[in-house]
Amino acid sequence: MYDIEKFYQARSVADAVRALRADERAIVIAGGSDVLIEIRDGKLAGCSLVSIHGLAELEGVERTAEGEIVIRAGTSFSRIANDPILLRTVPMLAYAADQVGGPQIRNIGTIGGNVCNGVTSADSASSLWALNATLELTGGEGTRLVPIREFYTGPGKTVRRHDEILTAIRIARADYEGFGGCYLKYGKRNAMEIATLGCAAMVRLTPDQKAIAELRLAYGVAAPTPMRCTATEEAVRGAAITPELLDRIAQGALNEVKPRSSWRASREFRLQLVSEMSRRAVRQAIVNAGGEADV
Amino acid sequence: MFKTLTMTVNGREVSIPVDERESLADTLRNRLGLTSVKKGCEVGECGACTVLIDGEAFDTCIYLSLWAEGRSILTVEGLKSPTGELNPVQQAFIDEAATQCGFCTPGLIMSAVEIVGTGKRYSREELRKLISGHLCRCTGYDSILNALERVVEQTYKHVGHEGEAPGPAGHA
Ligand SMILES: Cc1cc2nc3c(=O)[nH]c(=O)nc-3n(C[C@H](O)[C@H](O)[C@H](O)COP(=O)(O)OP(=O)(O)OC[C@H]3O[C@@H](n4cnc5c(N)ncnc54)[C@H](O)[C@@H]3O)c2cc1C
Ligand code: FES
Ligand code: FES
Repeated sequence: MYDIEKFYQARSVADAVRALRADERAIVIAGGSDVLIEIRDGKLAGCSLVSIHGLAELEGVERTAEGEIVIRAGTSFSRIANDPILLRTVPMLAYAADQVGGPQIRNIGTIGGNVCNGVTSADSASSLWALNATLELTGGEGTRLVPIREFYTGPGKTVRRHDEILTAIRIARADYEGFGGCYLKYGKRNAMEIATLGCAAMVRLTPDQKAIAELRLAYGVAAPTPMRCTATEEAVRGAAITPELLDRIAQGALNEVKPRSSWRASREFRLQLVSEMSRRAVRQAIVNAGGEADV
Repeated sequence: MFKTLTMTVNGREVSIPVDERESLADTLRNRLGLTSVKKGCEVGECGACTVLIDGEAFDTCIYLSLWAEGRSILTVEGLKSPTGELNPVQQAFIDEAATQCGFCTPGLIMSAVEIVGTGKRYSREELRKLISGHLCRCTGYDSILNALERVVEQTYKHVGHEGEAPGPAGHA
């Protein structure tokens, strides 16, 4: 038996918002693969839950007439990993979703929960940062859009207000079209493992495919929140694809990240990973963008 | 608080009172006597509590019973044929000696039923990934993978078609 004091199954997003407003202690539960574990742990013992599990309006992926990708927050990792629209437009994100836990966890875990938990190791986070995702939050005062870069305020902390539900994750056409991407996860095991470090790289090439038109380099677990290496990204705009380019990117990333030591890995090891994974991810992203690999 | 839960379990509709704090693993074991559903870790790590919900594998230890409202649950108890024969997946586990203490077996069998149900052919590496949500402390997994390969191959020969591999092929 879970130590839950109050449980309310919402019938719609509006109903969930109402229930959250009525109870300032209430916590949202979607798939429960974070929340239920924390209840077992005692961290959330005696909590009050508002469940948005199974709400049809929170499930599915679509592409609008303008080419914007809309991923509803309650969509499971399994659906995301196999969704034909995502596999065509943002395969890096579908691949990232496929790296979470194991099959049963991917069936229950939602992408909305992965973002709202505010955790730096969340497998979808680095890709969503690289893709400049926009988060659609619906609360008592209506709906607002928050760029993912403004969402996180610290480990486990976000700007989401108590009565807000993350309803969708949106990715504009200009943020995926023409890019090649690659997400790499480093963990001690191949499955059922939280990332020691996650790295998402996206590359758009110049028309002759010999230089970088735009680089996006995002990390999970390289800082207290997911992050982008924006200075490095700017520094290599227009740079020719040479072996030195990868050195410059790796060095740039090392100057921007702020990893910590944890029981999973030391700061020093994470720095090693930051450098090596930037090279591997960027190299693969260049190939996926249609460029030459032999750098 | 108690609520009435209506769901289909192994083909039969049941309507039972459940505590809203209950996990589906507890409901299936304690209220319906379906003790093939094992509780190993109770935090989603080991897969011993796996059942199929609407055809997909879930860890029932981290699944609130009320979420099962209107859904269809399949456990190992529901695999036997009307005349009492074992399901081909169960038979393959026996033939390949894929069971030792047996604690992980029901969960693995349910994942295997889902895998075999796709009618697709999988490489050993793909099968490894598909059962990565299960821990077995006895067999070393090789005999389990042998059983899976055997039954996947059998089924594919019977009803199979060359489907696409599951999940994204790479990280292009
Ligand atoms: C065995 C195991 C392995 C795991 N492996 C991985 C892994 O490899 N990679 C990884 O990234 N994660 C992993 N996780 C963590 C977890 O599965 C993910 O973070 C998952 O995305 C959580 O989604 P959920 O719907 O289950 O979240 P829940 O537990 O329901 O919620 C998570 C948090 O988000 C809030 N929330 C959820 N949905 C919304 C919403 N729509 N609006 C507002 N707030 C919301 C909740 O209040 C809570 O704070 C693992 C968990 C387990 C148990
Ligand atoms: S008992 Fe459910 S996963 Fe271990
Ligand atoms: S047979 Fe003992 S745990 Fe698998």
